[in-house]
Parts: sequence; C-alpha cells; structure tokens
Amino acid sequence: MPKLIKDKAIADNSWLLMEATDAPETVDIPADAVIIPLNVWQARKQELTGRIATLGVWLNSDQFADQLGEEAQQLPLVAVNFPGFMDGRGFSTARLLRERYGYSGELRATGSIIRDQLFFLQRCGFNSFDLPEGADLEAAMNSFNDFSETYQAAVDQPLPLFRRRA
Amino acid sequence: MYQYDEYDHRIIRDRVAQFRGQTERYLAGELKDEEFLPLRLQNGLYIQRLAPMLRINVPYGMLSTTQLRKLAHIARTYDKGYCHITTRQNVQFNWPELEEVPEILAELAEVEMHGIQSSGSCIRNVTSDQFAGIASDEVVDPRPYCEIIRQWSTFHPEFAFLPRKFKIAVTGSDNDRAAVQVHDIGLQVVRSDAGETGFRVFVGGGLGRTPVIGSLIRDFLPEAHLLSYLEAILRVYNQLGRRDNKYKARIKILVKALGAEAFGAKVEAEFAHLQDGPITLTGDEIGRAQRFFPTLPYRALDNAADALLQQEAAETPAFGKWLTRNVGEHRQPGYATVTLSLKPTGVAPGDLTDGQLEAIADLADQYSFGEVRTTHEQNIVLGEVEKSKLFDVWQAAKAQGFATPNIGTLNDMICCPGGDFCSLANAKSIPIAESIQRQFDDLDYLYDLGDLDLNISGCMNACGHHHVGHIGILGVDKKGEEFYQIQLGGNAGTDVSLGSVLGPAFGAEEIPSVIQKLVDIYVDKRIEGERFIDTYRRVGVDPFKEKVYAKAD
Repeated sequence: MPKLIKDKAIADNSWLLMEATDAPETVDIPADAVIIPLNVWQARKQELTGRIATLGVWLNSDQFADQLGEEAQQLPLVAVNFPGFMDGRGFSTARLLRERYGYSGELRATGSIIRDQLFFLQRCGFNSFDLPEGADLEAAMNSFNDFSETYQAAVDQPLPLFRRRA
Repeated sequence: MYQYDEYDHRIIRDRVAQFRGQTERYLAGELKDEEFLPLRLQNGLYIQRLAPMLRINVPYGMLSTTQLRKLAHIARTYDKGYCHITTRQNVQFNWPELEEVPEILAELAEVEMHGIQSSGSCIRNVTSDQFAGIASDEVVDPRPYCEIIRQWSTFHPEFAFLPRKFKIAVTGSDNDRAAVQVHDIGLQVVRSDAGETGFRVFVGGGLGRTPVIGSLIRDFLPEAHLLSYLEAILRVYNQLGRRDNKYKARIKILVKALGAEAFGAKVEAEFAHLQDGPITLTGDEIGRAQRFFPTLPYRALDNAADALLQQEAAETPAFGKWLTRNVGEHRQPGYATVTLSLKPTGVAPGDLTDGQLEAIADLADQYSFGEVRTTHEQNIVLGEVEKSKLFDVWQAAKAQGFATPNIGTLNDMICCPGGDFCSLANAKSIPIAESIQRQFDDLDYLYDLGDLDLNISGCMNACGHHHVGHIGILGVDKKGEEFYQIQLGGNAGTDVSLGSVLGPAFGAEEIPSVIQKLVDIYVDKRIEGERFIDTYRRVGVDPFKEKVYAKAD
C-alpha cells in the first residue's frame, strides 16, 4: 500500500484519489474510501450522504475554501491539490478551512509539494502529506523541525509571537 | 535601532541550518535545480552572469557599525573586496561561492543579518525613508511599524509562494522619500484630527514592465489593525493574482483588472473576518517596537554652530559646496544629517570596498551614535552629526572618497548593476552613468542645474527606477545591440508621476550629448526657482523632443 505522512508519522494511504472529471453527474464513484473532486461532491452530495465515512473531497488550487464552506465539517477528509509546488493558493485554502469553516478532520496536501514546504503547510493546517512518488518520507519528516519558533499566528499556533513574548 | 532577542536569534539560526541542509542536498543531487531555485532565491541567492550574487537585507535601511564591519569582513573573505548598495536599501555581494553561502549566512546571523526573502515570489524587505526618525518634516517615525511588518512577513507560512514578488514601503512624512506610491503596498503613517495614529494604504503601485501608480484603498487604518489589513490584502492577492503569466502576476495587474474600488471591497470583506482577531496589534507591542527607536542621547545644543559653519564655508569653498549638497536638516537643534556620496565619477554607483565599509563604521562610531542608513538612491547617511563636527566629518569623508558634493544632482544617479553583472539586463548601465558623470564634470554647472533625478535601468525590470527619474534611461536590445531609450517627466516623491518615452532610442556613445541637449533646453526655458521637472511639467515634451531629434543643418 502506498505511504504518506500523517500526523508526523509514516502511514498507509488507504484512500483512492479520483481524477478530475467533466461528467460529475454520471461518473462512477468507487465503493472504497475515495477522495472525489469538488464538482462531483457538488453534483451528487444528496446521494452520497449515506457513505460519508468513506468519502473525501479534493479542491484544486483554483477552487477556494468557500466553495466547500462548512459542508467540510461532515467529511472525514479534505485534500488540496498543488499542481506545481510554486502555486501557493492552497496555503490560504487550508487556513480558511480550519479557521473560518471549522474543519477539523484530515486535511491532506497532494500534488507537487516538496519536503521544504512541510513546515509552512502544517502551520496552515495540513496534517497529512501525500508527497510525490519516490520522496524519502523518513528524511522529509525532519523538515517539520526546520524552525523552533515562529512570528505569525497560524493554525498550529493561534497567537502571534508578540502576544507570547516573555 | 532594533535589537534581536532570543526569539529572533533562534529563528535566524534555524534558517541558517535549514539552508545549509538544502545546499548540501542540492550539491549531493538530492534536490533538483528547479526545486532549489526558489529555495535559494528566498535566501537572496541568484545565479548571475559571472557568479552567484547574494543579496542581504538591510531592514528599512538601518545598519549598525557592528554590521558594517561584518559586511567588510565578508567582502574581504568571501568576495572580491567590495559590495553594492541596491535601490531597495539592501547590500549585494557579486562573487560568493555557492558552497560558502551557508557559512556567510551563519556569520551574518551573528550580527542579526540575513538574506531571508530578499528575492523570490514572497514578501520582500520592507523599505522606508532614509531620514526616518530625524527628518524635520516627519509626522510619525515609521520604523517601529517597519519592524512589526518585518517580523510578520518573515516566514509567513501562507504567503511564501505568492504569484510574484511583493514589496512594501512605509513613510512617516508628507514629503515622501520612500516612493510608497510605486510599491505593491505603500503605507503613509498619519495622525488623525483626534490624535490617533494610523495609515493611508496604497496598493498596486509598481515599476517594472508595466509602471503603475498605486491606488488609495484606505484613507485611515487605525494602527492596531495594521497586520490584519496587510493579511487581508495578501490573502486576496495570493488567491486571485494571476499565475499563468509572470509578466502579469504582480498585484498591480490584479488591481487594474478588478478596479481599485472592487479590489478594495474584497480586501475590506476579508478584513471584516480578521479584524479584532489575535493579530490585532496591542499597545504593548507597538510600545515595545517604539522603544527600539528612542530619541538618542543628544547634547543640548542650539544652532550656534551655524555661524562657525558659515565662516568655514567661506574659507574653504569646497566645504561650502559639500554643506549645500550633502548636509541636511535634522529635527534636533545643533545636529545635521550627512549623506556620504557613493557616486564619485569612475566608480559603479553604490559600490563600496571593505576598507570603505570600515571607514564608514569608524565615522559613525565617532560622530553618529554608531548607526548609519542606506538609501534607495544608493548612498549612505550618517544621520546624527553635530554641526560643530561637520568640518571634521567632511575631511574624513573626503579622504575616503565619500565627499563628492553631488547629492541630489544629475550625477547622483540611481543605477542598476546592468549588463556587466545581471543576467536579466539587455544593456550595460554602469558605463552610461560614468559617461554622463564625465560630461557634467563641472561642479558649478552641476549646481546651477540643481535637483535633478536621473535614473538608469539596464532592462525593463526597472531596478534603476527609470520610470520615476526626471530623466530616465532604459537599456534596450535591438537585434543584439545595446540601445538606450530616454524618458522624461518621472518623479518618485509625493507628487509622483511616470515618465514618458521621448522617442527613438540612442546608441551608448550618443547619450552624454543627448542629456546635454535636454539640460540645455531646461536652462533655456526655466524660470526662477524651477527644477528640471517643474520646467518639463510647465513646457511639456515638445521643446525637448525638437532639440534632441533636430536634423543636423
């Protein structure tokens, strides 16, 4: 089974990632645990309410948190795709899902992320990281410790340093 | 000036270790070129035409003498014995070895310096007025707010991968010396009628390929909301800024596309969510930042030294010239500001040797409370000199080559490194600067021409701010040959304006005579008290164009 990093440990990736589709109304949705594109969720959420425990939704970088909104709270998993690692829109999406829409389930970064982004990604609320194939996950986890202190308020530390400074 | 505490030190040390690891992984082939590229850029490391270039931040232009001496040491040890002051008040080294950069950064960290976010698609070093805290026309000292912004923007986790670079400038004076209206965000600190401190907020200004003057989106933002409002602007930009074309990715393009009003409405909507949250500034935090910029322990002086200065100037005319051009008003009686010119003819504008860095440190320790300021015009300011010591400072500065009395004149040009160093440049800029300085080598004539901003960029990325020079020169490439386009009418101050292209470009050898013709027209048309820009605005472009492009009889 493929591996990923979840809650700062290497774990099995038991979720299928469903590809983007132009036919969200009719596309087949696998019965196994699956992460579906946002447009499939939007088209089919009524019929999917019964199987929500094995359902995740993924947003592409140009789909923003408000398009899922508080509906995210029902889901066990939300993923945000990074088509290229320089596309930083997903950092805002993650913070908004956590801080504005009250999402507390698994928040997964997928796509072209690199290990050197893990520290910032987890600060923005991601707790699960599906790094590209071939990445050395054990080594990558060192990057969670790149910094031992931060200036800003974010998901991992809701108070900015100036409210904590001794 | 600001001093690091244990938190700041820890963050910078962590960064040094992180970059050391990244460099090792890159050299071992574990990190791909395209992955290492943005990581090294966010530490200020470019790969240039001849060698890597390392850009070190000088936050809002303030440098201590300890830092100056460390820069001298680095220039001597890791470079060819010199460095360069940039048009964003930073310091660049042109010849470091990639393998040695982690060590350079470790040395800089000891003196509270770094290259963090000095390049790349992220929030860059915040810039300010080189006379912040000492200018007689200042309303509020902008530096405490600059420091608060520095900390907020350093490793901001949400905004490390923006569509494009992002520059913030802050001024505390109605007389804008920080060019805030040509920044991605420009802030002017103001006091309301009720005595509250706040900000006028401009967005979407910028130079580069598409020069734009920023739009005012908030007339008064109470100081407590500074970071929440910045975060709202950055979030809107991070989500909506274009990422499909790097030439259309700056915030100015987004503001233009949406319209300033609609963009402002989006910011206000986001701000409504963030307002009064945990990043609202506390009085304690603003007070803490302000305590790093106290009134210095000035001696109680009046302006009695003025008579002495007049006498010295009469006896030594060269000193008098320097007083007129390089010495400025200070808010404290008996004190003055001194601008050390880094524009003597024959030296690349803004370049400094290791020995000169140390000489400046000695001068600052002896005469200016151990602090200096870099300027976006690429000079160095001793901010706090007793008037009675000016003659001594002049003599010492002269011995080191800093006393060229040309500040604010045509020969005090802003000039990017250009084609001699930069891999982006279309044309050289340093030799153009020198050829103009040689054309205008008569100081009395130069003074008669008065304040004249001449800015030179070697390509349309506009590091030399040519759009906002009274005379702007832009290097262009025509079928592999270097040509220079002239623009007239730009201005970087409060009455900001962008220059207009005069006409077809010229070869390098023609530039001195072209500038001479432009200046001749100004001298011919000016009325009493007018600067070049004033005359240009009054008479328009036609007389200049006719003279420059007149067919030879």
